[in-house]
Amino acid sequence: MSAVEKGQLITANRLRDGIAVFLTTSGNWSESIDEAVLAVEPEAAAALEQRAREDERKTIVTGSYLVDAERRDGRVRAAHIRERMRALGPTVRTDLGKQAEGKGAFFAAPEGE
Amino acid sequence: MYRYDEFDNQFVRERTRQFRDQADRRLRGDLTEDEFRPLRLMNGLYLQLHAYMLRVAIPYGTLSSRQMRRLALIAERWDKGYGHFTTRQNIQFNWIKLEDTADILDALADVEMHAIQTSGNCIRNVTTDHWAGAAADEIADPRPVGELLRQWSSLHPEFSYLPRKFKIAVTGAPNDRAAVKVHDIGLRLHRNEAGETGWEVIVGGGLGRTPMVGVTVRGFLPQHELIGYLEAIMRVYNLYGRRDNKYKARIKILVHEIGHDKFREEVEAEYASRPHPSTEVEERELKRIAAYFAPPAFESLPRWSPAFEEAKLSHPAFARWAKNNLGPHRVDGYAIVNISLKPEGGIPGDATAEQMRIMADLAERYSFDELRVSHAQNIVLPHVRKGDLFAIWQALEDTGLAAANYGLAGDIIACPGLDYCALATARSIPIAQSIARRFANSAKQDEIGRIKINISGCINACGHHHVGHIGILGLDKKGEEFYQITLGGSSAESASIGTILGPGFAGHEVADAIETILDTYLKHREPGEEFLGTYRRLGAKPFKEALYATA
Repeated sequence: MSAVEKGQLITANRLRDGIAVFLTTSGNWSESIDEAVLAVEPEAAAALEQRAREDERKTIVTGSYLVDAERRDGRVRAAHIRERMRALGPTVRTDLGKQAEGKGAFFAAPEGE
Repeated sequence: MYRYDEFDNQFVRERTRQFRDQADRRLRGDLTEDEFRPLRLMNGLYLQLHAYMLRVAIPYGTLSSRQMRRLALIAERWDKGYGHFTTRQNIQFNWIKLEDTADILDALADVEMHAIQTSGNCIRNVTTDHWAGAAADEIADPRPVGELLRQWSSLHPEFSYLPRKFKIAVTGAPNDRAAVKVHDIGLRLHRNEAGETGWEVIVGGGLGRTPMVGVTVRGFLPQHELIGYLEAIMRVYNLYGRRDNKYKARIKILVHEIGHDKFREEVEAEYASRPHPSTEVEERELKRIAAYFAPPAFESLPRWSPAFEEAKLSHPAFARWAKNNLGPHRVDGYAIVNISLKPEGGIPGDATAEQMRIMADLAERYSFDELRVSHAQNIVLPHVRKGDLFAIWQALEDTGLAAANYGLAGDIIACPGLDYCALATARSIPIAQSIARRFANSAKQDEIGRIKINISGCINACGHHHVGHIGILGLDKKGEEFYQITLGGSSAESASIGTILGPGFAGHEVADAIETILDTYLKHREPGEEFLGTYRRLGAKPFKEALYATA
């Protein structure tokens, strides 16, 4: 099992359709949280923020912010449930959205809830 | 049904044109998000957890078949094939694209609908009794007044920048199905000793983080004074309502802080000081509006329908549905059909485009082309001949809409919660589903009888948990969901706010807790006593003991 990498990723909503997206290593925005770039150092997080603000000016995304997260075995898990929900889509509609498309996060609704 | 006049048409079309231009400018980068946000919210477009959400107003919860079909079309063409009927008789679409929104608003305007004033600090969609115009106990149909208030409050320049949002509910029946005591203003029609009808004006009710039952500021207001008097209330609120703290800005806080006697004095002084022009115009307008709500051409039918009785005898499932899901109609031989949008394991209030079309077809064929949305997130066919009920039930069965749980434990109000909502702190829908599964046994549900279980996914209380007989509030405890249970709430004429029972529960424990509470009720109830009656008689003690005995 590979080591757990903890840090911060940056997320936003794509302007034209509002879909929750995550900034990737290549500087694009992905619908999949697993492709997010994780900033371990504060300087790196600040650089991500600046990049996101530029993309807001370019009308690619809106409302960007940093989120605590960790990468384990190539999957990314946000620290807070709200962010895991954003990455996953509605847990009550596994037939559509990111879960159905395989873009969901490292988070499943506990059984029986 | 009300039809737009030229002014309605004009302002809705103009707003859509304006919004198209504003959205284009936002997409080009000419407007920043900070500049654009208030503009999109004024047109009902929110940015939620996963995407934009469009909230469409359904004035006083009344829809024609044509309008319902248009909602189906929007769900199919611009969303993911479904919509969510809300606790304010509106509909929300969860997966809307900003770039499509102006087209959707045009499609709505084609059928005399819009999303104006479904957000922001203005007077929101006026809600009413979902049985309006049909209920056996009704004094008069409240919808003409609902429509008068819609016209008065739409784009009203003085009341479009209030301290906070403002919700008005109207009922024309003594049995309050519109929750008028927990609205900013609630209006209840009643008769005085002389037999005249007038309005009880209730102010300062509300849910949210500071739940309160409203207070009566005028016991009996003649109909023609309604707009003038409401304007006086709005002016007092606009003047004295707090704007420094959004959590203290609702009118209920003002009424509470200055006291209801002082508030009443201020309103009466404002009302008395206003020039009282003739109310002739309002009376004429109300008469014009009322003509649109004239009762449909009911047939003269016997009270008893042999076909209906025979169908019940030969189909027990139909008999159960008929027992639970029909309401008493004011006209002999007719019934009110309540279509439960709470199938076991389903999402409270959700309907697919196909289900919307089938309900529209049924309304067109069997219910004078009318549908209603209830604040409990169900759909109503208000005027159905008893002889047609079996055919309707069969059609509902075929499309998964025949859940026979109206008003029972499975008929749960639930906000979208953390599955969709950006404000939520916990999920609501999976909790509703787990409770519905627990009471899937229809005999147990029938044994428990009338019960309102309401679930909110945050303190804002869109799921009306404070007024649930059993209320469930989802909270965030160190990044994990947990749920607080309240008992004894009610939004009916004897309204009350529920009391927290004790420590909260993890999500997977909630259904067990609800079952324990309901088993305790079954153990202690007197013959014919509903849950709320038992709770009010015994208090929280036996429920607490049962629930926390082993803790």
